[in-house]
Parts: sequence; structure tokens; C-alpha cells
Amino acid sequence: MSEAIVEIPQNPKPVKVGIVPCNGEEICAGSITRFACRKVLDELRKGQAVTLCLPLFIAGDKGERQFATRFPTITVDGCEKRCSAISTEKLSGKPAYSFVITDMIKDAGLELSESPRTFSESDKEAVDLVAAEIAKKVDEILGQEGDE
Amino acid sequence: MGKKILVLPCSGIGKAYGEIGRQATYELAEDLKPGQVDTLCLGRLMIRDPEALERMEDSFVITVDGCAKDCALKNVEATGKKVDKAVRTLEVFKDHRDLKPEGVLNLGEPGFKLAHYLAEKLSGEVDCRMKEE
Ligand code: SF4
Ligand code: SF4
Repeated sequence: MSEAIVEIPQNPKPVKVGIVPCNGEEICAGSITRFACRKVLDELRKGQAVTLCLPLFIAGDKGERQFATRFPTITVDGCEKRCSAISTEKLSGKPAYSFVITDMIKDAGLELSESPRTFSESDKEAVDLVAAEIAKKVDEILGQEGDE
Repeated sequence: MGKKILVLPCSGIGKAYGEIGRQATYELAEDLKPGQVDTLCLGRLMIRDPEALERMEDSFVITVDGCAKDCALKNVEATGKKVDKAVRTLEVFKDHRDLKPEGVLNLGEPGFKLAHYLAEKLSGEVDCRMKEE
């Protein structure tokens, strides 16, 4: 049994979106991906999104590796290495959408701190910005699914 | 100076134990063992990033996992590297059952205390590796 899966419904038509942030231990943007995804899961689109720990695609079982085929999945990466997007596609299924958050943050004129450990005010703003973008994408995907 | 020590937390996103392992790693690397300990994005191992693999090859590796899935341990092993010490966050919490993290990522004071106890345990592991060398 996985502690990481929030919930996997059994109905064949997906009604929830999967969100998989990168691990990102080394840089601030890697921590922002986590907090933004959690904000979507717990606040902005509660009940409409599920998550899975990224490294479970290697360590987990067959059910966990089917995550991206069971849910239209959004990957959220902290840098151009795109670890979540690449690993999700290779080990589970092609993501419905992939974010690399650096451009979005730069376009908003926000400067991230050096620390992946504690957030500055600007880092917190970046979390809100990224979370809002993910939430928009969740709506888009669920809307598309509903239209089918 | 000898080998560097790399501490790799799983950074699980479903329960607080993943974040506690991550925060313990930061406390260890920045406060308790500065200059001796470093970390690496676990995701880079998943994509077989050459520079990340090279850094790991030249280091002692300690993994920190938030549950019995042992993702950090298994992801390192999947690259062919042997882990020098595998720690589970739950090992530390048996003695501190009164401390309940407030949220999955927003740990609150009790969660950060747990991270601190884990960082101290990891610090002891670092000392052991240093003595072995
Ligand atoms: S995408 Fe970048 S920040 Fe995220 S895990 Fe990979 S290297 Fe780290
Ligand atoms: S060890 Fe557990 S908490 Fe950590 S990433 Fe894996 S499933 Fe998530």
C-alpha cells in the first residue's frame, strides 16, 4: 500500500487530474514546485487533483507506474532538466501538460532566493503564481475531459 | 579532505514524513555539518544526469526515506550505486510520538522538532562514515 497516493478512484473516465512535482532538493525553484502543487491539492482544487511521489515511478509497483495513464497528469519542474516530465513520460505515461516554472517566474518579475530551505516573500509569491497556473490547467483538462 | 557525504531524502509529497526528511537534510548540510554534507536532486538520478551520477560515485551516500517504499534507497540502487546507510524517518519518531506535524509541507513547530531529531541522527551517521574513512 502506498502512503503517497492521495486517492485513486476506480471509475474509468478520469474525473481528477494527476499532479507530479519534481524532487528539486538542490534549488529554491525545486521547493516551489512542491509547495505550489500541494496548494492546488489542498486548497485551490481540493478533490479534483491527486498526486504521487515522483520517485515511486521507479520504486513503486505496477499500479503506481500506471498513474499517468489513469489520470491526465501535469508535471511541474523547477528547471530545464525537466526531471518530472522526462521520468513520468518514460516510466508511466505522456503527461497531459508539463510546466517548467522558471520562465513563468521570470515573466512575473520575481526573483527567487538562493535557499531551497526557507522562502522569502518573493518565493511565496512565486508559489501562489505557480499554483494559480496549475489550477488553471486543471480546469482546462477537466473541462476538455467533460466535453468528450 | 576525504570523500564528501551526499544525503538524499525522498522528498515524499503525500505525507509529512517526506518533508521532514528533506528539512532534516537541509539542517544537517547547513547547520550541523557544513562543508561536509551535500544533497542532490533525486530527480536527476531518475533521468541519469551524468554530472549527478559522477558526484554520487565519488561520495558516501546516505538515503532518507519517508515510508517503507524506500524510494530514495531504490532510486540510488537503480543507478548501480551501493548506499552506505539507509535511514527511515519513522525510526526517529518512535521516541517522539507526542510530536505531530501540522501539515504535509507546512510542518509547524512539532514537525520541525521532528526534523531536528532526525538531523541529529543523521549527524551521528556522518560521524560514523568519517571514522570509517
Ligand atoms: S527539474 Fe531541476 S529542480 Fe527539479 S529535480 Fe530536476 S534538477 Fe532538480
Ligand atoms: S519513500 Fe514513501 S514518502 Fe518517500 S517518496 Fe517514496 S512513497 Fe513517498
